[in-house]
Amino acid sequence: MRVCLNPQGRRLDVDGVSRVQDLLRRLDILPGTVLVIRGDQLLTDDARLDASDEIELRSVVSGG
Amino acid sequence: MKCTRCKEPAEVKLRAHNSAFCRACFLFFFERRVARAIDHEKMFVRSSRILVAVSGGKDSLALWDVLASEGYQTVGFHLALGIGGYSQRSRERCESFAEKHGLELSVHALADEGLAIPEIVSATRRPACSACGTIKRHYFDAAALELGCDVIATGHNLDDEAARLLGNVLHWQTEYLARQKPVIQPRHEKFVRKVKPLYLTSEFETATYAFMKRIDYVVEECPNAVGASQLDYKAVLDRLENTSPGTKAGFVRDFMVRGSRAFEAPATERADTGGTCAGCGMPAFGTLCSFCSLRAEVDRKLALRTRSVSPAVTE
Repeated sequence: MRVCLNPQGRRLDVDGVSRVQDLLRRLDILPGTVLVIRGDQLLTDDARLDASDEIELRSVVSGG
Repeated sequence: MKCTRCKEPAEVKLRAHNSAFCRACFLFFFERRVARAIDHEKMFVRSSRILVAVSGGKDSLALWDVLASEGYQTVGFHLALGIGGYSQRSRERCESFAEKHGLELSVHALADEGLAIPEIVSATRRPACSACGTIKRHYFDAAALELGCDVIATGHNLDDEAARLLGNVLHWQTEYLARQKPVIQPRHEKFVRKVKPLYLTSEFETATYAFMKRIDYVVEECPNAVGASQLDYKAVLDRLENTSPGTKAGFVRDFMVRGSRAFEAPATERADTGGTCAGCGMPAFGTLCSFCSLRAEVDRKLALRTRSVSPAVTE
């Protein structure tokens, strides 16, 4: 699946993950530090992912 | 995963609350949580005129959205910091939000008076965040006075407060600990109280709210935040929160309830309100307030620089 990391705008392909929690673990991202977005929906950790999905991982951490 | 409240499919899971919510129930939860913080801390009332300090980021725009939706009288105030494209995009987000919702917005651009943050940093060698803090405090206070507001509301969230608390404890900044509260009372008649209605809502929750309400906010980070200590503190707290959900909320809430009091100076030792700044007329402890001191320093350093690059005058 195609994954876009924001705000960096980094794009990568990730294979072999079936759930959001697997994707976050693969990318070493802690749950609760990003919004996991598919289209117009947010996904919870247990949501199933498909190889054809386009996922945005949007950081929620601000450093002001 | 099902919504804890209505059993429809959940869109967001909040481990700290041992809950999951669908979109409608999350929005209900979030708005109620902010409303409770406002009421519990007696931040303001329905007749208050609230200056909402908006940066263009998720927290301040989410706060403005909640307050306006709840029918509070709000005025947005955006300080354009002059940090290149980042500031331009931040300003645009605030202006488009205000326009879309028919809300009053006041914008002050630092570049218009030669005080853009990069210019200050270049002239004084001060850390950008330090200069930015001094400037924001001045303009927020001045804007509240000028716009006739009773209170200043900022978008500081639970993660900001937890990181700040950790930093203050690590360095035993007792004066800062004494003033780390969701409501900061004014120390002069020209000042108004400052409140943080989001102090118990995490930045994951404010980001979720902003996404669900389709608020177009600046996702990118301020370029000056790179390497900021607060990000290190947040990373540590995120790890603790991951292994023990609710850690941040407990840290901040229990400090407010049980710890804060220990750092308050006795009434007899509290600093008096001081005098008036000779530069801007706002309250000051010396001849100049910290903002006007900074401005004077910038003017002085820039004048020196101009003189050193001017061609020598021959007679």
